[in-house]
Amino acid sequence: MSKNTVSDRFRKVDVDEYDENKFVDEEDGGENQLGPDEAEVDSLIRSGNLMGALQAVLKNPPINTKNQNVKEQAEDLMLKVLSSFKTSDIEKAVQSLDKTGVDLLMKYIYRGFERPSDNSSAILLQWHEKALSAGGVGSIVRVLTARKTV
Amino acid sequence: MSYHSFLLEPISCHAWNKDRTQIALCPNNHEVHIYKKDGNNWSKIHVLKEHNGQVTGIDWAPESNRIVTCGTDRNAYVWTLKGDVWKPTLVILRINRAARCVKWSPKENKFAVGSGSRLISVCYFEQDNDWWVCKHIKKPIRSTILCLDWHPNNVLLAAGSCDFKCRIFSAYIKEVEEKPAPTAWGSKMPFGEVMFESTGTSGWVHGVCFSDSGNRVAWASHDSTVAVAEGGKTAVCASLTSETLPLLCVTFITENSLVAAGHDCYPVLFVYDSNKAAMSFGGKLDVPKQSAQKGMTARERFQNLDKKATTDSKEAVLESVHKNSISQISILNGGKAQCAKFCTTGMDGGMAIWDVKVLV
Repeated sequence: MSKNTVSDRFRKVDVDEYDENKFVDEEDGGENQLGPDEAEVDSLIRSGNLMGALQAVLKNPPINTKNQNVKEQAEDLMLKVLSSFKTSDIEKAVQSLDKTGVDLLMKYIYRGFERPSDNSSAILLQWHEKALSAGGVGSIVRVLTARKTV
Repeated sequence: MSYHSFLLEPISCHAWNKDRTQIALCPNNHEVHIYKKDGNNWSKIHVLKEHNGQVTGIDWAPESNRIVTCGTDRNAYVWTLKGDVWKPTLVILRINRAARCVKWSPKENKFAVGSGSRLISVCYFEQDNDWWVCKHIKKPIRSTILCLDWHPNNVLLAAGSCDFKCRIFSAYIKEVEEKPAPTAWGSKMPFGEVMFESTGTSGWVHGVCFSDSGNRVAWASHDSTVAVAEGGKTAVCASLTSETLPLLCVTFITENSLVAAGHDCYPVLFVYDSNKAAMSFGGKLDVPKQSAQKGMTARERFQNLDKKATTDSKEAVLESVHKNSISQISILNGGKAQCAKFCTTGMDGGMAIWDVKVLV
């Protein structure tokens, strides 16, 4: 009596997909975004030009691309740069960034929090403290509300 | 600057009458309370009970003395004062989600209601049927409309929505008005036409406001930005990211400056420079009294270090006048061109009146 003999496949249909007024994110054609140039950043780190390395790794953020690999590569590169800074230099480095730079740095920092590795959280937290004093809570709000993440 | 605490619950929305002696507000429930100012106190003179859901928007038309309210019960009522009693008239909005905001047009012959049904209902009174009728603006809205503001020409309507855009629509109703003259936003204005759509900011648009001339529109968005767009051949947008929590309401106080307030519980001034098409931060408008710094004993310092990992003696008490987010801001006198006083209400149930001359 309780067994349903008629097909209930209709229950698995996602009706919201067929709503013609559904919200769709704008496509921004990010297919060609490759993220920061790894070779350039590596050479800058090796040569000791850490400020330059930071500027370089913040260029070309893979914001619009849907390719997860590119995003992961960018994040790993960013982590490499951030770890190579001495604690006392972090503040100066953050001061040298402009507002959009601080917002972008915050995005990378929170992205790094998502996948913590051995030492990354400690380093990221130090950077977070300095970026927070430069960008204020507003920069964190922008990380949370951004539709296109790095 | 004066502050009056009306309630312990948030004030959902408020509206002033023409001579600013009475305020209608919703105490976070299904009713609207009207308070009258006598001396330094406020006494409740009317309670308007008709809605079945929380009242989300109130607007008081200054000339015709009518109040329009809208609520989560998907209805709007137009209230007229008959003798000593406010009598409601139901307006069928034909929406299937809650109404979120309502505004009378400048000539008070129409009003617009923004709702969660992803559309704006523009309502006007049809004399033949003795009934309020509404028309819908649907395209290209993709999400809830959170805030509305009318252009001084009674036709253009700015709407901020949860689909991250601020748009200007034409709400031209041929039954009640003449064809409008061309404006900075365009010259062809059939009903429902999108005259301007914002780009560049992301985040829900919480508050929107036209300037006094109608040539500029400002909006506050949930990604902690404020932006101003100036109409013209191509609209010029200028936005400013702020370091504070998101702002919920914004209004022009002169043609070049705006006041906005939000989750940080104090109003802030922004200045727009049209030559550079850039906005700048003008300063906090709530300067708290400096509380006396009492000296800290070594014991207190150590306790702080132990408890909060800091030797800072700052207490966790808000120094601003409002103790919770400010949700609505309204101009009291001077209009949007030369505002002299404005009023803020918030989620702390309080209302503060600010003098512009003293603060700026």
